[in-house]
Amino acid sequence: MKFLKILAWLALVALVVIQFFPIILNESDYVPQSDFMVENQVPATIKNRLQVSCYDCHSNNTDYPWYSKIQPAAWFLEDHIQEGKDELNFNEWATYSDRRKNSKLRSIISQIEEDKMPLDSYTLIHKDAILSDEDKRMIIDYMTALKDSLE
Amino acid sequence: MKTVKRTIGTMALAATTVLTVSCKDVNKNEPAAPMSNEMHQESMDDKDDMAMNDNQDAKAEAILNDYFNLKDALVGDDNDKAKQLGATLASTLGSFDASSYSDSEQQELKDIMEDAIEHAEHISESDMAHQREHFKILSKDVTDMVGITGTEMKIYEQFCPMYNNNEGGAWLSMNEEIRNPYFGDKMLKCGKVQREIN
Repeated sequence: MKFLKILAWLALVALVVIQFFPIILNESDYVPQSDFMVENQVPATIKNRLQVSCYDCHSNNTDYPWYSKIQPAAWFLEDHIQEGKDELNFNEWATYSDRRKNSKLRSIISQIEEDKMPLDSYTLIHKDAILSDEDKRMIIDYMTALKDSLE
Repeated sequence: MKTVKRTIGTMALAATTVLTVSCKDVNKNEPAAPMSNEMHQESMDDKDDMAMNDNQDAKAEAILNDYFNLKDALVGDDNDKAKQLGATLASTLGSFDASSYSDSEQQELKDIMEDAIEHAEHISESDMAHQREHFKILSKDVTDMVGITGTEMKIYEQFCPMYNNNEGGAWLSMNEEIRNPYFGDKMLKCGKVQREIN
């Protein structure tokens, strides 16, 4: 019993201590000229869906919920966001070559088709990021048309 | 005296053999088939050349070789091997030297390499279905590369119309005979030669 008590205290102390580790936030207050929405004429409904369901991890600006600024949640998110941006950063769209845009669009389409994106761990908390069948069809159609226009 | 000489001779020979063998191990981790001395020497030279290509000036041929190895792994439905070979290809692509081409060709090659590296990297960490998805675009990249660099090799561009719900998929092969990397064992011979390069 005493042992458990010590353990609980240690955990608490650790939790407090890690709050002092700096959190690197993925935040930016301007949208660069190279952004996907700037380069392409994106209909408002699709724009909104992409913003809510994709941009948190695939752009330079994450809309953080309060708990995500607390460790260790922040670390967990930091990794995910970094990985997401390495894979695809909508803010840097115009810097990709046509060949890469084509590859990215192909991946966007297949990830949505196969329900791999947005991630389950993300939609678990962000209920508003879940894409309805109608949303999916709309986004896939748009991305396919964009892809065809590049080929 | 004669015995001593012979002993030293034998030891030197043994030492040389050991050195040669360990040297070979460093160059390549594939087990080499037992061969006669002469052949052995020859195959070692080949491997040296390849190692040089990997490290410094990766020629189109080195990329093609890695690509063909990867294709064979997909034909053989070997997920793990394809992962390994995807990583190998990614690093060969990364060391491609485009400096001998014109400015516009260099730009095009840079775009191709960037895209191809990404696909090869994905192949190194995906399941088979995904590996094949990426292999399709990778094949286009490699084909476009050959369009610029040319090659000494005789290559066949082959096409299977059934891949990905009849969207179809092309690939390159050194053999005229069809061995389908998109279906593997399920439909090994589906496809036809679309074009011959060289």
